[in-house]
Amino acid sequence: MIKTQTLSGWGRWPQRKCATAPLDPAGFDALPVAAGKGMIARGFGRSYGDIAMNPDLTLLGTARNRILSFDEDTGTLVAEAGLSLTEILDVFVPRGWFPAVTPGTKFVSLAGLIAVDAHGKNHHKVGSFGDHVLWFDLYCADGQIRRCSPEENTALFHATIGGNGLTGHILTVCTKLLSIPSGWVRQTTHVAENLADAIEIFETHNDVTYSVAWIDCLAKGAHRGRSLVFLGEHAAPEELAAAQRDLPFDIPLRKKQRMPMDAPSWALNTYTIRAFNRLYHKKNSQNLAPQLVDYDRYFYPLDAILEWNRLYGRGGFAQYQCALPLAESEAGLTKLLTAISDAGLGSFLAVLKRFGPGAPQRPLSFPMEGYTLALDFQLSPRALTLMTALDEITTDHGGRLYMAKDSRMSQPMLEAGYAEGLPAFRDLRAQSGARGLFQSMQSQRLNL
Amino acid sequence: MTPADTPALILGARSGIARGIAVALAKRGHPIMLAARNAQRLEADVSDISIRHSVEVSAHDFDVLDVAGHQSFLESLPMKPGIVVCAIGVLGDQEADAGDSAATKLIVESNFLAPCLFLERVATQMSASGRGGHIVGIGSVAGDRGRAKNYVYGSAKAGFAAYLSGLRQKYAASALHVMTVKPGFVRTAMTEGMDLPGPLTTDAEPFAERVVAAMEKGKLVYYDMRWRALMGVITHLPERIFMKTKF
Repeated sequence: MIKTQTLSGWGRWPQRKCATAPLDPAGFDALPVAAGKGMIARGFGRSYGDIAMNPDLTLLGTARNRILSFDEDTGTLVAEAGLSLTEILDVFVPRGWFPAVTPGTKFVSLAGLIAVDAHGKNHHKVGSFGDHVLWFDLYCADGQIRRCSPEENTALFHATIGGNGLTGHILTVCTKLLSIPSGWVRQTTHVAENLADAIEIFETHNDVTYSVAWIDCLAKGAHRGRSLVFLGEHAAPEELAAAQRDLPFDIPLRKKQRMPMDAPSWALNTYTIRAFNRLYHKKNSQNLAPQLVDYDRYFYPLDAILEWNRLYGRGGFAQYQCALPLAESEAGLTKLLTAISDAGLGSFLAVLKRFGPGAPQRPLSFPMEGYTLALDFQLSPRALTLMTALDEITTDHGGRLYMAKDSRMSQPMLEAGYAEGLPAFRDLRAQSGARGLFQSMQSQRLNL
Repeated sequence: MTPADTPALILGARSGIARGIAVALAKRGHPIMLAARNAQRLEADVSDISIRHSVEVSAHDFDVLDVAGHQSFLESLPMKPGIVVCAIGVLGDQEADAGDSAATKLIVESNFLAPCLFLERVATQMSASGRGGHIVGIGSVAGDRGRAKNYVYGSAKAGFAAYLSGLRQKYAASALHVMTVKPGFVRTAMTEGMDLPGPLTTDAEPFAERVVAAMEKGKLVYYDMRWRALMGVITHLPERIFMKTKF
């Protein structure tokens, strides 16, 4: 049952008419996969670019969302891979369990979390999502379904975590949830007047579970890298207000709002963003006392505004997220921020985060020990030029880009960033037959 | 009010509407018995619904066409159901089925004859128990007027609706509640790939939620407002005009 529909990533660029079909293991043999064109699995489409779309065949996996088992003692969850974090949170937070690693949106499937080896605000402490996967079942190019784990089909296990869906279709996932004392997070804010300050705050508080910084990417001179570093810990029931102490997992329901229309393309410009950044920095600098924030507002602030991507107008946007090795971080970030503020392009959603050690056993996993910077650019010829300039700085400092956010990087940029893992990944794809069968627009663009 | 511990039996449990109704009932705390052919294929639904909603869920082999086995099936169930939802339906292929005796017989038996015989037995058992209960039959708007596109299926569903109506009247004075549901377009595996008109189409979960709410209120026929309006027009068109339309 093939249906053609227009798909795009969360950045709404590029958009393509794609042939789609439900991802159904019973129907894999009957799929019309064109020779050499391949197919790709897709979940909620929250990656930003063209990683989860293929005009020739895109398989939609979110209907496969059944929970197969849960161990109340260990938090071990087995589920069909289309299950979303939204549902996991709804079912398991009231029982005292939380995803071990969560990205900034809960509209994401288990398969998607594995395919991009997603990281969260606790990467420096617990690694990425792949570190909390016990096993998964993978539909491979030869038609076999293989159980992959650190002990079984090991190479395939590692290549699939962060492998962008290019090793096969992830069907069933076993992951371990984290036991939490309440549904609340105790947040403290630290003000950094510049980049060196921000880095020092991260390094001093390396033992705190969650940390992330909002960074003013347009501030210049002595204020370059001006940030607010948000630290968080799961709150114990004793810390909660008396009314909440007895029901520590009950959190207030948030009203969802929807971005009603595409913002006009001129709404975001240097002046509006500068003004916003100044206000945001000032407002948050005034309230530094620890605050209790429910997990939904703490981890998923933007999920409350449905379709917030329309803020960037009809032309869409691109997110630039790079990681730099620790030794090069300060120098590289300074150059990146200089290039961005000189160009006067940027967004109010700029994020800085300290990464813990990466996972070299996974050829295409993004995180590496050091710092990661992420920011959005409304698409324009100038923004594309700037991003190419940023690529050069990133490469010069031994860094790389996050493929889940990418819609525009060049092949040399990929080769430079993932030089160590790419040969093994390509070999595995060629030998297993995956190269001909599992392809996305991105994998074709980057010759994966 | 139906007590939350009243067990529910869902027939034709693999359909999207049935799964939605099972979930809506499980949310309210009802133990769930799922019944369909090849019950082992319901295992994932059993674990999913029981883990999410912390209720007892079981799966049972059931072939409605095996009329001789109806009684032993009912006796084999671990709990006596107080809610029975019949979501058995075979859409068939109008082009191929029309004029084909075996195919037409299969459609009529699966959608009409066999489900009616089973529900008659259930009604007898429920009313004899004195506790009453709910019988929910999933019909179709296709049964409201025979259309060229699907009159084999539609006429079987029309028969099913008439049967439920009769059953409802027969037990009107008792505690047994019979509700007919007439879904329009619901996004499920049955309608997968069909080009459905957006304003007249709903997702299975919210639809099922409304069906269960209607059942709890004791509604007799659940019919989506927009479909009631549309089918009201279609069923009242004079035959001479209707035959020339393309509905």
